[in-house]
This record gives sequence, structure tokens and C-alpha cells, in this order.
Amino acid sequence: MTLTPDPAHPAGSVARGRPLLEVRDLRTYFHVMDGVVRAVDGISFSIRAGETLGLVGESGCGKSVTSLSIMRLHDMPPAEIPTGEILFEGRDLLALSEDEMRQVRGNDIAMIFQEPMTSLNPVFTVGDQIAEAVMLHQGLSKKAAWEKAVESLKAVGINNPERRVKQYPHEMSGGMRQRVMIAMALSCDPKLLIADEPTTALDVTIQAQILELIREVQDRTGAALLLITHDLGVVAETVHDIVVMYAGRIVEQGGVNEVLLAPKHPYTEGLLASIPSKGKRGERLNVIRGTVPNPFNMPPGCNFAPRCPYAFEPCTEHDPRIEEADPPDVACWLYTAAPGISTPPRVRPRLDLIEAVR
Amino acid sequence: MTLETGAGATPAAPKAAAAAGAATAAVPLVEIEGLVKYYPIVGGFLRRHIGDVKAVDGVSFEVRRGEVFGLVGESGCGKSTLGKTLIQLQPPTAGQASLDGVPIFGKRGKELKKLRRRMQIIFQDPVGSLNPRMPISDIIGEGLLAQADAENHWGDRKIRDKRVADYLQAVGLRREYSRRYPHEFSGGQRQRIGIARALALDPDFVVCDEPVSALDVSIQSQILNLLLDLRREFNLTYLFIAHNLSVVQYISDRVGVMYLGKLVELSEVEELYLHPRHPYSVALLSAVPDADPRIRKKRLVLKGDVPSPAAPPSGCRFHTRCWLREQLGNPENCSTIDPDFRDIGGGHLVACHWAEKVPTSVVASAVPTAEETPVAAPPAAGPPTAPQDAAGRPTEGSTTSGA
Repeated sequence: MTLTPDPAHPAGSVARGRPLLEVRDLRTYFHVMDGVVRAVDGISFSIRAGETLGLVGESGCGKSVTSLSIMRLHDMPPAEIPTGEILFEGRDLLALSEDEMRQVRGNDIAMIFQEPMTSLNPVFTVGDQIAEAVMLHQGLSKKAAWEKAVESLKAVGINNPERRVKQYPHEMSGGMRQRVMIAMALSCDPKLLIADEPTTALDVTIQAQILELIREVQDRTGAALLLITHDLGVVAETVHDIVVMYAGRIVEQGGVNEVLLAPKHPYTEGLLASIPSKGKRGERLNVIRGTVPNPFNMPPGCNFAPRCPYAFEPCTEHDPRIEEADPPDVACWLYTAAPGISTPPRVRPRLDLIEAVR
Repeated sequence: MTLETGAGATPAAPKAAAAAGAATAAVPLVEIEGLVKYYPIVGGFLRRHIGDVKAVDGVSFEVRRGEVFGLVGESGCGKSTLGKTLIQLQPPTAGQASLDGVPIFGKRGKELKKLRRRMQIIFQDPVGSLNPRMPISDIIGEGLLAQADAENHWGDRKIRDKRVADYLQAVGLRREYSRRYPHEFSGGQRQRIGIARALALDPDFVVCDEPVSALDVSIQSQILNLLLDLRREFNLTYLFIAHNLSVVQYISDRVGVMYLGKLVELSEVEELYLHPRHPYSVALLSAVPDADPRIRKKRLVLKGDVPSPAAPPSGCRFHTRCWLREQLGNPENCSTIDPDFRDIGGGHLVACHWAEKVPTSVVASAVPTAEETPVAAPPAAGPPTAPQDAAGRPTEGSTTSGA
């Protein structure tokens, strides 16, 4: 992932050609009875082929809306994407017709949803559901598609795939259904895999199996991975780069080690400090005071200011934008000169310090 | 720390004073002996009994006065069934349990009611466990009304309402909130209401059934802090049921690990997390992803899924997925003899024939001890603590939808 074309960016891997997916200033609004919810409010990020990016944040921060926007799965209206570009291999997905988009969906970009229970159709066998996509996108015959379905079930480690392919989703356990979802997503060899909370509904030992599987298929197929999750532990061991969202905005981004070991944004810092762990036994856990702002009534200035322990004058008036930061790794007036304040109160943590600790 | 309501309300003061200092002694408050809970499976035209789901199958342990006993395990292992059976929300199939020496099971009517006041439960789902048509005052007051007697005067609306407000304040909500309805609150606030409801009856023993698993991590930490504060304030004993191993590690004094209806390991928390001795516990701990990218665990990925509790495997229930059994060349007793739940020293109980054979090298790489020193995020090591109210409890934001 690189942020914007900025060679100086610390997280940026060496430039390797054009990004596979580039999201530019995406905004997704929902028009509802009480007004407009700006679920995603101007975010930009990109993924290169074969790379992994984690999109993290708490419920309601807009991470899932982002993934559904990329796949164009929102109903419009009530959803609206007033500005923004989603460039996939240079083509703007938002400008495609529905027919063209259908060719991309499932074929070039595939998605693994959170709920393996509700994302599979209960009245079709899993074989039918995998074969459907293959027949549609690759023009295979029914028989060939069925064989492909068996093959892809085998590839995700399902025992006895010839029997399983004829089963219905309810005959399988949660972990098994998630494997079927992954098999379905991989059946057309996508270039980008979007996994939206792929392990949230699963037990921890099954989660370990599924994460291992995702890593393995990603290695094998070379697909890029956009992992959406609220679990910082899952992110820490699955992706290289990370984007932290809060209230529809990106507040921090960078390499996973930097962000998790030396968080800059007060939100990221607070989030990491509130995770219970062994070292914190007997201490009070850190608490981010208050709650996420009401989407109809976003605070002026920085969205996080009302909850931020460091908030100072510019925070309640001026809105920090990550694109305007240099390097664009954090959206916070602690690190960027705010209007009227020439020296930001904090300096960015030195990279060599992080290296030394690692 | 008492409730500073300004109206002299100290609902728990007498008990807290009486029991002060008793928390350290290892006196059992709750004793469970051979608890069994089967759910019958019926089938066929005549709805005949054709089998049982063996949700809890012979579990014995004690919860000491003043401690937090953590119960972990994956979904379907029977941990919630155990909690619900223990506080008599459903009758057990077999077994005994006692609270402070008083038998829990087999009680009816007045006797049972008296017992209920002393043991309460906090549920997982903060949405589903609050009646949407009741104002908070009725949700919390319902239990008080049911338990009203000549001594506590909870039958009197005024006294009851005051107590409701006291407890709302105790859990960090505003006294005025008692008139509102559940939909007006966020998830974290609803969980606080559930806690107030459980504590208003002044129980000794509280079963916390996945109290934070539906919450975001920043809200989760608020509730965990609150539960620990309230334990001190009201001198409570918790049975803390959760699937999140980090949460259990943070909050518990002793921990039991369940697998398919049985306890497989029980020990002090430090001992269990540093030196797990059951192959299932080792695998479970190795599977927890850590937010510290420096920690590289050698994962023991278990094969397959948990077998059905309707037909648990013979012998040791874990033998079908056990990595240790495989390493030892599939010894026969694993699949034939159900291992005893035995003490391997210092009160560390393990149900495994081969617990001594768990290689220390495997444990060390599966459960690496993280460096305790957190990386200082310059310039500050951590965010300053959130503002706190007079009782030293962080005030919760008052952003309430529909307020």
C-alpha cells in the first residue's frame, strides 16, 4: 500500500508499478429519514498486486461500507457516492455499467463476508452456488463447473469434497461454511480478495485455521488482500499495511509494525491501550471516554476531538485531513501544523527507535 | 467506596463492612459437584427420546469467596449451560451445587426465591436481555418488587425507585435515566443497565455470561473496569464466562477450561496462561492472535471441528483432535479411558493421561511470554486517563441517541 504518490513515505514499499486498486476521495452517504449519514467521508488508499492491507476500526466507522462501495453493492438510493473514484487496474468501477460491473464482481474482485450463515443460500447445495459463479464468469459447462467446485473445496482443505459439494449449508459447521465462502471467492481466481470480518463469527481455534487458509491461498494465488476487521490481533498477523478508520475517515495509516507498536493518532493509541492483556492485570484498562459521535451531528473540527485526551485549540475548529499531513500517516493536529499554530506539539516517533525495539 | 448519592443511600454498606478482608481467604462460596445437564433429543412420530445433547457432563469445581473464576471454552462446550444451570434458570440432570453451604438445586417456592436474591446473572446480549417495552425503572425494579418484603420495603414505589436510581449511578449512568427505554441507550450503556439489574438485589454471587463479547474494544474496557470496581465495592464473587482468552486472563484469579461439556484444566490464571498442561489449552492459547506484531507464536492448528456433544468421542473427548496423542504415537488409553481430573501440583488440575509429556519447548513457542515493556509511543507512554467522577469511576459519555 502506498498512500499517495510519495516516495518519502516510511511505510511505502518500493514502488512496484501501478496499484491494483486505488480508492480516491471516496464518499458514501446514506439518505435516510432523519438526514444524511456520511458513512464514508473522503477516504483514499491503494493496494498493489499481491499486497495485504488491513482496514480496522470499531463498529460504525465505515469500514464495511467502504468494502461494499468497492463492490458496488449498495442500493442507490438510499446510498449515494457523490464524489470519489475507485480505480481497479486503472478503470473507475464507479463509472461502469451494471453489466460491466457484474463481470468484475466475483471474477476480478471477490468478497468473503462475515456471516457464513446468512451469506450462503440455504436452498441450494454449496456445489450449485460455487458452480454458478464459475459458469457465469468463465463460461464453463455445468459439468466442468461442478468439477471446478469440487476442486476448489479441496483447495480450502475440506475433506471428502465429492460428498460435501452435494450438501446444503445447514449440514456444515460454521468453520466449514466459511471455507465454502472462501472456495467460492477463489473459484474464479480473483486478483483482489476482500475479506470483511472473515473470522468474527468463529471460535478462536477455527479462526486460526481460517486465517492460515487465507494466508496460504494468498501466497499461492498471489491475489491482493483487503482485510476488514475490528480485531487488531488478526490484523497484526495477517497484513503488512494498515488503515485505521474512525467515524468515516482515515485517522492513521502505515506499516502494521509502526502503527501497532508506535501509534500516533490518539484514537489508535487509546484503542491499543484498551485491549486487555496479561501485562495489564491488576491495572485499570484504558478507556476512550464517551462514544462514537452521532452520525447526524458530527462535531466541528476533528471527529475525535470530543473524546480525545490531548485535544487542544485547533482540534475543535479545524478538521485535520490525512492527505494534508506530511508524510500522510496521521490525521491529527498534534503532528501537523494547524492553522495559526506553526509548531505541532508532537514530533513523529523516529523509525530507528521502532526498529531498535523490534 | 460507597455510593455517593447525597441521599445517604449505601445499599451494600453493611454487607461490605461485614465481609471486608474476607476476600483473600480461600473459602469456597460456590461448590459444584458432578454437575450434569443433558438436553433430550426427541425424534420420530411419537417424539420418543432418542438421545441426549450432553451439554455439561460431570463438572466439579469451587468458586472461592471474593474471586473471579473465569470459565473459557469454545462455542458449544457447555460453559453458558453450566452458568444457567448453576443459578437455577434450568434444572440440572444430576449433580449438586451449594452457595455458602446452602444446597442450590431442588428448591422451590419461597426457599428458591430467597436463594435467587443471592445469585444473579449478567447476560451476553445487551439488546435481547432488556424488555423493549419497559422503562429502565421497571426493568431494574422488577426483581426488587418480586423480592419485596417487610424488611426491605421494596414494595414501596418510592423506595424502589430510589434504589433503582442508586444503582444506575453505581454503574456510571445518570439517575434520571430510569424513565427511559432500552432503545435510547447504546450497547455499552445497555450492558450497564443489565449489570445494575443484577446488582440491585444485592447478590453475593454473579454469573457473568459473556458480558463484553458483544461490545467494541473501547467499550469493553469500560465494562471490565466497572465489573472490577463493583466487585470491590459490593464484595462480589464472579463466575466469568467468556470465549475471549485475553479478557479472561485480565479479569480472572483462577481459570477453568472446558471442552465438550467437561473441565479439562483448572488453575491459577498465571500458571494456566504460562504453563498450560492440557494439549487443548495449549492449542487454544496458541490460537489467540496478539496485537503485538513482535510476538510470533508457533500455532498449533487443531484439525477439524469440535465433535457433536450428542455423541462425544470415547475415552478422552479431545483425543480425536489431539496433537499430543499424535506425537506420542496414538497411545491406546486416550481413546478408551476417560482421564481423571487430577492435581499435578499446586492445585493445577488437568484431565489428560499424558499431561507430563507436553513438551516445554512446544508450550514455550506456542505461548511466548511477551516482553512486558510496552513500546513508548513518544512523547507519552500512554494516553492520560479519562476524567473520573467522584467515585473514581470514569464518567461515561452522555451521548445518547434519542435523548
